[in-house]
This record gives sequence, structure tokens and C-alpha cells, in this order.
Amino acid sequence: MSIFDLFKKKNSGSIAKDRLKLLLVSDRASCSPEIMEAIKNDIINVISKYMEIDAEGLDIQITQTECEGSEGKVPALFANIPIKDIRK
Amino acid sequence: MSEVIVVTSGKGGVGKTTTTANVGTGLAMMNKKVVLIDTDIGLRNLDVVMGLENRIVYNLVDVVEGNCRMKQALIKDKRYDNLFLLPSAQTRDKTAVSPEQMKKLTDELREEFDYILLDCPAGIEQGFKNAIAGADRALIVTTPEVAAIRDADRIIGLLEANEIHKIDLIINRIRMELVKRGDMMTNDDVIEILAVSLIGAVPDDENIVIAANQGEPLVGNDTLAGQAYMNIVRRVMGEEVPFLDLDSGSGFFSRLLKRLGVK
Repeated sequence: MSIFDLFKKKNSGSIAKDRLKLLLVSDRASCSPEIMEAIKNDIINVISKYMEIDAEGLDIQITQTECEGSEGKVPALFANIPIKDIRK
Repeated sequence: MSEVIVVTSGKGGVGKTTTTANVGTGLAMMNKKVVLIDTDIGLRNLDVVMGLENRIVYNLVDVVEGNCRMKQALIKDKRYDNLFLLPSAQTRDKTAVSPEQMKKLTDELREEFDYILLDCPAGIEQGFKNAIAGADRALIVTTPEVAAIRDADRIIGLLEANEIHKIDLIINRIRMELVKRGDMMTNDDVIEILAVSLIGAVPDDENIVIAANQGEPLVGNDTLAGQAYMNIVRRVMGEEVPFLDLDSGSGFFSRLLKRLGVK
């Protein structure tokens, strides 16, 4: 290997490390299906106190989103809650 | 006081069974009373690595279902009188045993043994849940590869969620020539990523293949892997042992210097 090769490509060991670091950020942010279900039920209970919602159509998930100030993406809880009637 | 240790990895084929066989045999060499349990129901192989495949009469499922007494199912090792194997069943599946039954089984074995080592199946399904049910601590086996480390991270999370907090890492199949030219992650890289303590670093040694062919663990012999495993055994027992220089004697100059008595 010549000295020029050093500048041409990164060693595969450090590529592996960088890939793993990114991968584990998203792996660690995801929840088990049981926890997601529990969060969903709690959200339904809280929102239902104030308005009538379509519990069947409720969708929650953890996604990646761009964040100002931090490098790359950060995990975010995304909830789509269809409202049937805003009670008074 | 006895200790129940689960050897696990998430990913298959990284060396759980080899590690269980060698660490268990090493503990027996240190005069501890040891039992190895193969918890991979349906795919048993710890018996083959130990060279005890011809002596099996009863198995783990027989004990749990009450078809035999514990003593009848335990197979004594060929070389060490204080080392036993509880083989897995080959013709059943994971659902034959529950985590509660496994906990009861390991608690029963605590009364007689110093160390109870559980060889965990790959995956995070029922077999994994069974294997960790009665464990006090875990040895995570990984290789310096992206897929294996990712799975190890998942396993660490699951162990912590199950209140197993004494977790140590074994990095297996290290190839120093690749590490040196930057084409394999270093031990420090792996520890930094997984954030657990390192208890062993085992080189990718052809003697491990030879030992498995012969059905005799190589722990404690004069091969590099044999010494690396013995060091793990001492660390499991609580001793402070410096890590081996896995690079020693591999290069031409190193060998030359050794021959000349410089090194």
C-alpha cells in the first residue's frame, strides 16, 4: 500500500465503527411493541378527557427528525390522532 | 456462594458454545464444581463441543417434565470429575420449557454447584428468555463485526430490562493482522460503542477448530486462545489479570527477536 492510498480511502475498521454508531442511535431509540401499545393507550386516555377521538385511527411511531443545533437526526415521537368531536 | 452465568450474544455463530465449554472447563480446572446447561432446545451442540455426545440418556426437558431425576440427566466430563453437562433435547422445541421452570432448575443446581453456565441460543425469542430467567450475570460474546455488535447491543438492553446488571463482554475471533492495518475494529472501539466492561479478548485461532473437531476444550493449554480463555476464567472468579498481547509471535520480526532471545 502506497502513502497515497492512505488519503484515497478510509480504513474499513473506522467505516464499520462510524456505521455502527449511527445504527445504534436509531436502534436504541426504538421501543418494544408492548411499550408502544402502552404509550398509545395512555395517550388515548389523556386526550379523551378533553375531546372525542377516533381511537381506532390513532397512529403513533418513533421517527427520525432533523434537529437544529445537533448533528444528524434525532428520534421523535410522532402521533396522528383523528378528532371526532371537540367537546366543550 | 454459587453463581448462575448466561453466555449469550444475540447473533448466531459468534462462539457462545465454544466460550461456554472453555470457560466452564477452566472453572473446573480451578477446582470449582461446575455444571454447563445447553438451553438451545432442538439444536443441541454443547455436548459435541465437549465430546460427550455418546453419553446422553436424559436431557433438560426430561428433568423439567419429571421423567428423570436431575442426577440421572447430568453427564460427568471425560477429564474432570467436578464438571457436568446437562444436555438439551434434540427432538423438542423451545416451548417445551418456560422461564419459571428454568429458574426453578437453576435454583436447584445452586445447592450443589459453584458455577452454573447457561449456553444461550441465538435470537431474542423464548429460548433467550428461558436462558436468562435464572441468571445472576451475563457474558456477552461478540466478534468485531457490525452485525454481531449491533445484536450484542440489543441483548445488553434486554438483559438490563430483565434486571441483569452484571454484564461483561468477550470479544471473540480477533484477527490482529486486520486490526493492525485498520481493517478490523479494535477492542477499544467495541468497548466504546457498547459501553460494557471487557472480560476477555480471544484471537481467531485455528486451534479452536482443531479442539472442536476433537471434542476437547483447549482452555489452559499453551495456545494463544487457550491462554485467553484461562484469563477469562480467572477474571470471572474475580482476579485481576492483564490482557494478553495477541500480537506476540505472529510477525516475522517478532519471531526472529524471540528466537534471538531479545523479546
